[in-house]
Amino acid sequence: MELWEIFSVFFKIGLVTLGGGYAMLAILQNDLVRRLKWLPGEKLIDFYAISQSLPGLIGVNTAMFVGWHKARTPGLFAAALGVSAPSIIVILVVAMFIGNFLHVPAVKFAFNGVRAAVAAIIVDAVFAMWKSGVKDKPTFVIFLVSLAALALAPTMSPVIPVVAGAIAGVAVKTAAERRAAAQTGGGPR
Amino acid sequence: MIYLTLIWEFLQVGLFSIGGGLATLPFLYGMTDRYPWFTREMLTNMIAISQSTPGPIGLNMATYAGYAAAGALGGVVASLALITPSIVIALVIVRILDHFRTNKYVAFAFYGIRPAVTALIAFAVLGIAQVTLLRAGAPDVASMFDYRRIALFLLLVVCIRKFKKRHSAWFLLAGAIAGLLFKL
Repeated sequence: MELWEIFSVFFKIGLVTLGGGYAMLAILQNDLVRRLKWLPGEKLIDFYAISQSLPGLIGVNTAMFVGWHKARTPGLFAAALGVSAPSIIVILVVAMFIGNFLHVPAVKFAFNGVRAAVAAIIVDAVFAMWKSGVKDKPTFVIFLVSLAALALAPTMSPVIPVVAGAIAGVAVKTAAERRAAAQTGGGPR
Repeated sequence: MIYLTLIWEFLQVGLFSIGGGLATLPFLYGMTDRYPWFTREMLTNMIAISQSTPGPIGLNMATYAGYAAAGALGGVVASLALITPSIVIALVIVRILDHFRTNKYVAFAFYGIRPAVTALIAFAVLGIAQVTLLRAGAPDVASMFDYRRIALFLLLVVCIRKFKKRHSAWFLLAGAIAGLLFKL
Protein backbone atom coordinates (compact mmCIF):
# COMPACT_ATOMS: atom_id res chain seq x y z
CA MET A 1 0.00 0.00 0.00
CA GLU A 2 1.30 3.39 -0.96
CA LEU A 3 0.76 5.08 2.42
CA TRP A 4 2.55 2.29 4.24
CA GLU A 5 5.42 2.64 1.76
CA ILE A 6 5.65 6.38 2.44
CA PHE A 7 5.60 5.76 6.18
CA SER A 8 8.26 3.05 6.06
CA VAL A 9 10.58 4.96 3.70
CA PHE A 10 10.49 8.01 5.97
CA PHE A 11 10.80 5.82 9.07
CA LYS A 12 14.10 4.50 7.67
CA ILE A 13 15.22 8.03 6.79
CA GLY A 14 14.37 9.25 10.29
CA LEU A 15 16.32 6.37 11.73
CA VAL A 16 19.57 7.06 9.87
CA THR A 17 19.56 10.87 9.95
CA LEU A 18 22.03 12.04 12.55
CA GLY A 19 21.99 15.73 13.30
CA GLY A 20 19.02 16.77 11.17
CA GLY A 21 19.11 19.53 8.55
CA TYR A 22 21.78 19.26 5.88
CA ALA A 23 22.55 15.62 6.57
CA MET A 24 18.93 14.82 5.88
CA LEU A 25 18.90 16.67 2.54
CA ALA A 26 21.73 14.48 1.27
CA ILE A 27 19.89 11.29 2.30
CA LEU A 28 16.62 12.49 0.73
CA GLN A 29 18.45 13.32 -2.49
CA ASN A 30 19.97 9.86 -2.63
CA ASP A 31 16.92 7.84 -1.55
CA LEU A 32 13.92 9.70 -2.93
CA VAL A 33 15.32 11.33 -6.06
CA ARG A 34 17.97 8.91 -7.28
CA ARG A 35 16.80 5.53 -6.01
CA LEU A 36 13.00 5.68 -5.72
CA LYS A 37 12.44 8.49 -8.27
CA TRP A 38 9.56 9.93 -6.25
CA LEU A 39 10.28 13.48 -7.38
CA PRO A 40 12.83 15.50 -9.41
CA GLY A 41 15.84 16.98 -7.59
CA GLU A 42 14.82 20.61 -8.12
CA LYS A 43 11.45 19.96 -6.52
CA LEU A 44 13.20 18.53 -3.45
CA ILE A 45 15.43 21.61 -3.14
CA ASP A 46 12.34 23.83 -3.40
CA PHE A 47 10.59 21.88 -0.64
CA TYR A 48 13.71 22.11 1.51
CA ALA A 49 14.05 25.87 0.97
CA ILE A 50 10.43 26.51 1.95
CA SER A 51 10.77 24.23 4.98
CA GLN A 52 13.61 26.37 6.27
CA SER A 53 11.43 29.45 6.31
CA LEU A 54 8.45 27.81 8.01
CA PRO A 55 7.99 27.27 11.73
CA GLY A 56 8.85 23.85 13.05
CA LEU A 57 11.49 21.30 12.17
CA ILE A 58 13.12 21.44 8.75
CA GLY A 59 13.33 17.67 8.38
CA VAL A 60 9.70 17.08 9.31
CA ASN A 61 8.50 19.93 7.07
CA THR A 62 10.44 18.63 4.07
CA ALA A 63 9.13 15.09 4.63
CA MET A 64 5.54 16.37 4.74
CA PHE A 65 5.90 18.22 1.43
CA VAL A 66 7.32 15.11 -0.24
CA GLY A 67 4.49 13.02 1.27
CA TRP A 68 1.95 15.47 -0.11
CA HIS A 69 3.62 15.42 -3.51
CA LYS A 70 3.31 11.62 -3.54
CA ALA A 71 -0.16 11.07 -2.06
CA ARG A 72 -1.71 14.42 -1.08
CA THR A 73 -3.04 14.85 2.49
CA PRO A 74 -2.84 11.19 3.63
CA GLY A 75 0.72 11.09 2.27
CA LEU A 76 1.60 14.20 4.25
CA PHE A 77 0.47 12.56 7.49
CA ALA A 78 2.21 9.25 6.68
CA ALA A 79 5.49 11.11 6.03
CA ALA A 80 5.20 13.26 9.19
CA LEU A 81 4.61 10.24 11.43
CA GLY A 82 7.18 8.09 9.66
CA VAL A 83 10.02 10.58 9.96
CA SER A 84 9.17 11.42 13.61
CA ALA A 85 8.59 7.93 15.01
CA PRO A 86 12.22 6.69 15.12
CA SER A 87 13.56 9.65 17.05
CA ILE A 88 10.68 9.49 19.55
CA ILE A 89 11.36 5.78 20.15
CA VAL A 90 15.15 6.13 20.34
CA ILE A 91 15.04 9.10 22.71
CA LEU A 92 12.49 7.41 24.98
CA VAL A 93 14.77 4.36 25.28
CA VAL A 94 17.81 6.56 25.95
CA ALA A 95 15.86 8.67 28.45
CA MET A 96 14.67 5.62 30.38
CA PHE A 97 18.19 4.34 30.96
CA ILE A 98 20.37 7.44 31.12
CA GLY A 99 19.15 8.37 34.61
CA ASN A 100 20.73 5.19 35.99
CA PHE A 101 24.10 6.13 34.55
CA LEU A 102 24.37 9.81 35.39
CA HIS A 103 25.43 9.05 38.97
CA VAL A 104 28.46 6.99 37.94
CA PRO A 105 31.54 9.28 38.33
CA ALA A 106 33.04 8.37 34.93
CA VAL A 107 29.75 9.20 33.19
CA LYS A 108 29.59 12.46 35.13
CA PHE A 109 33.07 13.47 33.97
CA ALA A 110 32.26 12.53 30.38
CA PHE A 111 29.08 14.60 30.44
CA ASN A 112 30.92 17.59 31.90
CA GLY A 113 33.21 17.44 28.86
CA VAL A 114 30.26 16.88 26.53
CA ARG A 115 28.50 19.95 27.91
CA ALA A 116 31.51 22.11 27.08
CA ALA A 117 31.30 20.67 23.54
CA VAL A 118 27.58 21.49 23.35
CA ALA A 119 28.29 25.09 24.35
CA ALA A 120 30.96 25.25 21.62
CA ILE A 121 28.60 23.81 18.99
CA ILE A 122 25.89 26.35 19.83
CA VAL A 123 28.36 29.23 19.81
CA ASP A 124 29.37 28.11 16.33
CA ALA A 125 25.70 27.99 15.26
CA VAL A 126 25.26 31.56 16.54
CA PHE A 127 28.24 32.67 14.40
CA ALA A 128 26.65 31.07 11.35
CA MET A 129 23.26 32.62 12.06
CA TRP A 130 24.88 35.99 12.60
CA LYS A 131 26.45 35.75 9.15
CA SER A 132 23.19 34.99 7.37
CA GLY A 133 20.88 37.13 9.51
CA VAL A 134 22.72 40.27 10.65
CA LYS A 135 23.72 41.88 7.40
CA ASP A 136 23.06 45.62 7.72
CA LYS A 137 22.18 48.40 10.16
CA PRO A 138 18.46 47.57 10.65
CA THR A 139 19.12 43.86 11.31
CA PHE A 140 21.94 44.79 13.70
CA VAL A 141 19.52 47.05 15.61
CA ILE A 142 16.88 44.27 15.73
CA PHE A 143 19.55 41.93 17.11
CA LEU A 144 20.67 44.42 19.79
CA VAL A 145 17.15 45.39 20.84
CA SER A 146 16.12 41.71 21.13
CA LEU A 147 19.21 40.94 23.21
CA ALA A 148 18.67 43.99 25.46
CA ALA A 149 15.00 43.05 25.96
CA LEU A 150 16.04 39.51 26.93
CA ALA A 151 18.67 40.83 29.34
CA LEU A 152 16.07 43.05 31.03
CA ALA A 153 13.34 40.40 31.08
CA PRO A 154 15.06 36.99 31.00
CA THR A 155 11.82 35.06 31.47
CA MET A 156 10.17 36.74 28.47
CA SER A 157 8.60 34.28 26.02
CA PRO A 158 10.73 33.78 22.86
CA VAL A 159 7.51 34.36 20.91
CA ILE A 160 7.79 38.11 21.55
CA PRO A 161 11.16 38.75 19.82
CA VAL A 162 10.14 36.50 16.89
CA VAL A 163 6.87 38.35 16.27
CA ALA A 164 8.41 41.79 16.93
CA GLY A 165 11.26 40.92 14.53
CA ALA A 166 8.75 39.98 11.81
CA ILE A 167 6.86 43.26 12.26
CA ALA A 168 10.08 45.29 12.31
CA GLY A 169 11.30 43.49 9.18
CA VAL A 170 8.14 44.27 7.23
CA ALA A 171 8.13 47.90 8.48
CA VAL A 172 11.81 48.57 7.67
CA LYS A 173 11.68 46.97 4.23
CA THR A 174 8.38 48.59 3.25
CA ALA A 175 9.69 52.01 4.32
CA ALA A 176 12.89 51.45 2.34
CA GLU A 177 10.84 50.55 -0.69
CA ARG A 178 8.73 53.73 -0.37
CA ARG A 179 11.85 55.84 -0.02
CA ALA A 180 13.35 54.27 -3.13
CA ALA A 181 10.12 54.88 -5.04
CA ALA A 182 10.01 58.55 -3.89
CA GLN A 183 13.62 59.10 -5.00
CA THR A 184 12.92 57.90 -8.50
CA GLY A 185 10.20 60.55 -8.76
CA GLY A 186 7.35 58.53 -7.29
CA GLY A 187 7.05 56.52 -10.47
CA PRO A 188 5.72 52.99 -10.63
CA ARG A 189 7.61 50.37 -8.67
CA MET B 1 -2.98 18.45 34.29
CA ILE B 2 0.62 18.03 33.24
CA TYR B 3 -0.21 16.66 29.77
CA LEU B 4 -2.28 19.73 28.92
CA THR B 5 0.57 21.95 30.12
CA LEU B 6 2.98 19.97 27.93
CA ILE B 7 0.68 20.27 24.92
CA TRP B 8 0.25 24.00 25.42
CA GLU B 9 3.99 24.60 25.85
CA PHE B 10 5.09 22.46 22.90
CA LEU B 11 2.40 23.79 20.55
CA GLN B 12 4.03 27.18 21.12
CA VAL B 13 7.48 25.77 20.48
CA GLY B 14 6.28 24.18 17.24
CA LEU B 15 4.61 27.36 16.08
CA PHE B 16 7.34 29.85 16.88
CA SER B 17 10.65 28.03 16.52
CA ILE B 18 11.81 29.09 13.08
CA GLY B 19 15.10 27.98 11.58
CA GLY B 20 15.57 24.42 12.72
CA GLY B 21 16.30 22.46 15.85
CA LEU B 22 18.36 24.91 17.87
CA ALA B 23 15.57 27.46 17.59
CA THR B 24 13.65 25.32 20.10
CA LEU B 25 16.41 25.97 22.63
CA PRO B 26 15.23 29.37 23.99
CA PHE B 27 11.80 27.81 24.66
CA LEU B 28 13.22 24.84 26.54
CA TYR B 29 15.54 27.16 28.38
CA GLY B 30 12.53 29.24 29.46
CA MET B 31 10.82 26.09 30.76
CA THR B 32 13.64 25.56 33.29
CA ASP B 33 12.52 28.82 34.94
CA ARG B 34 8.83 28.02 35.01
CA TYR B 35 8.58 24.28 35.58
CA PRO B 36 10.37 21.72 37.76
CA TRP B 37 10.65 19.33 34.78
CA PHE B 38 14.40 19.59 34.21
CA THR B 39 17.34 21.78 35.23
CA ARG B 40 19.57 23.84 32.93
CA GLU B 41 22.31 21.31 33.46
CA MET B 42 20.00 18.50 32.40
CA LEU B 43 18.94 20.54 29.37
CA THR B 44 22.56 20.74 28.22
CA ASN B 45 22.92 16.96 28.59
CA MET B 46 19.71 16.69 26.62
CA ILE B 47 21.11 18.75 23.75
CA ALA B 48 24.17 16.50 23.62
CA ILE B 49 22.02 13.34 23.54
CA SER B 50 19.75 14.87 20.89
CA GLN B 51 22.70 15.82 18.70
CA SER B 52 24.12 12.32 18.78
CA THR B 53 20.92 10.33 18.23
CA PRO B 54 19.00 10.04 14.94
CA GLY B 55 16.19 12.34 13.89
CA PRO B 56 15.54 16.06 13.93
CA ILE B 57 17.17 17.68 16.97
CA GLY B 58 14.11 19.72 17.91
CA LEU B 59 11.97 16.60 18.01
CA ASN B 60 14.55 14.73 20.08
CA MET B 61 14.62 17.56 22.56
CA ALA B 62 10.82 17.64 22.80
CA THR B 63 10.64 13.89 23.42
CA TYR B 64 13.32 14.10 26.08
CA ALA B 65 11.77 17.14 27.76
CA GLY B 66 8.33 15.50 27.74
CA TYR B 67 9.79 12.32 29.20
CA ALA B 68 11.59 14.25 31.92
CA ALA B 69 8.34 16.03 32.76
CA ALA B 70 5.83 13.17 32.65
CA GLY B 71 7.34 9.85 31.59
CA ALA B 72 7.06 7.99 28.27
CA LEU B 73 3.55 9.22 27.53
CA GLY B 74 4.75 12.77 28.23
CA GLY B 75 7.51 12.26 25.64
CA VAL B 76 5.02 11.16 22.99
CA VAL B 77 2.55 13.94 23.87
CA ALA B 78 5.23 16.67 23.71
CA SER B 79 6.53 15.38 20.35
CA LEU B 80 3.08 15.25 18.78
CA ALA B 81 2.26 18.72 20.13
CA LEU B 82 5.52 19.99 18.64
CA ILE B 83 4.79 18.76 15.11
CA THR B 84 1.06 19.62 15.09
CA PRO B 85 1.50 23.30 14.07
CA SER B 86 3.90 22.20 11.30
CA ILE B 87 1.32 19.74 9.98
CA VAL B 88 -1.41 22.40 9.93
CA ILE B 89 0.88 24.96 8.28
CA ALA B 90 2.16 22.43 5.73
CA LEU B 91 -1.44 21.50 4.81
CA VAL B 92 -2.10 25.18 4.02
CA ILE B 93 1.22 26.03 2.39
CA VAL B 94 1.29 23.14 -0.11
CA ARG B 95 -1.78 24.64 -1.73
CA ILE B 96 -0.25 28.10 -2.20
CA LEU B 97 3.34 26.97 -2.56
CA ASP B 98 4.56 29.15 -5.40
CA HIS B 99 2.76 32.22 -4.15
CA PHE B 100 4.31 31.88 -0.68
CA ARG B 101 7.85 31.60 -2.03
CA THR B 102 7.67 34.77 -4.10
CA ASN B 103 5.65 36.90 -1.67
CA LYS B 104 7.74 39.93 -0.74
CA TYR B 105 6.13 40.42 2.68
CA VAL B 106 7.10 36.89 3.65
CA ALA B 107 10.69 37.78 2.68
CA PHE B 108 10.46 41.08 4.61
CA ALA B 109 9.23 39.31 7.74
CA PHE B 110 12.10 36.83 7.60
CA TYR B 111 14.56 39.66 7.17
CA GLY B 112 13.50 40.78 10.68
CA ILE B 113 12.98 37.33 12.22
CA ARG B 114 16.52 36.09 11.50
CA PRO B 115 18.38 38.64 13.70
CA ALA B 116 15.75 38.22 16.47
CA VAL B 117 16.29 34.43 16.47
CA THR B 118 20.06 34.97 16.48
CA ALA B 119 19.65 37.11 19.62
CA LEU B 120 17.44 34.47 21.26
CA ILE B 121 19.96 31.70 20.74
CA ALA B 122 22.90 33.93 21.71
CA PHE B 123 21.10 34.66 24.96
CA ALA B 124 20.46 30.96 25.60
CA VAL B 125 24.19 30.35 25.11
CA LEU B 126 24.92 32.62 28.07
CA GLY B 127 22.79 30.40 30.29
CA ILE B 128 24.46 27.27 29.02
CA ALA B 129 27.92 28.77 29.50
CA GLN B 130 26.94 29.56 33.06
CA VAL B 131 26.16 25.95 34.00
CA THR B 132 28.98 24.54 31.89
CA LEU B 133 31.94 26.80 32.52
CA LEU B 134 31.31 28.28 35.95
CA ARG B 135 31.26 26.56 39.33
CA ALA B 136 28.07 26.97 41.29
CA GLY B 137 28.41 28.26 44.85
CA ALA B 138 32.06 29.34 44.58
CA PRO B 139 33.28 31.45 47.55
CA ASP B 140 34.86 34.20 45.39
CA VAL B 141 35.08 35.39 41.80
CA ALA B 142 38.50 33.86 41.10
CA SER B 143 37.43 30.32 42.00
CA MET B 144 34.15 30.71 40.16
CA PHE B 145 35.68 30.06 36.75
CA ASP B 146 36.41 26.48 35.85
CA TYR B 147 39.54 27.13 33.78
CA ARG B 148 39.95 23.60 32.45
CA ARG B 149 36.42 23.50 31.11
CA ILE B 150 36.80 26.98 29.63
CA ALA B 151 39.99 25.86 27.90
CA LEU B 152 38.23 22.78 26.50
CA PHE B 153 35.33 24.94 25.35
CA LEU B 154 37.60 27.44 23.54
CA LEU B 155 39.63 24.65 21.95
CA LEU B 156 36.44 23.05 20.65
CA VAL B 157 35.12 26.36 19.28
CA VAL B 158 38.33 26.64 17.22
CA CYS B 159 38.14 22.98 16.12
CA ILE B 160 34.51 23.28 15.01
CA ARG B 161 35.38 26.34 12.90
CA LYS B 162 38.33 24.49 11.41
CA PHE B 163 36.68 21.14 10.69
CA LYS B 164 33.29 22.37 9.51
CA LYS B 165 32.32 19.24 7.63
CA ARG B 166 32.70 16.86 10.57
CA HIS B 167 29.49 15.76 12.23
CA SER B 168 28.77 17.30 15.66
CA ALA B 169 28.86 13.83 17.23
CA TRP B 170 32.66 13.85 16.77
CA PHE B 171 33.03 17.02 18.84
CA LEU B 172 30.75 15.63 21.53
CA LEU B 173 32.85 12.47 21.59
CA ALA B 174 36.01 14.57 21.89
CA GLY B 175 34.40 16.43 24.81
CA ALA B 176 33.46 13.15 26.50
CA ILE B 177 37.00 11.76 26.13
CA ALA B 178 38.55 14.98 27.46
CA GLY B 179 36.08 14.92 30.37
CA LEU B 180 37.10 11.34 31.26
CA LEU B 181 40.84 11.91 30.85
CA PHE B 182 41.03 15.11 32.88
CA LYS B 183 38.22 14.28 35.34
CA LEU B 184 36.52 17.57 34.57
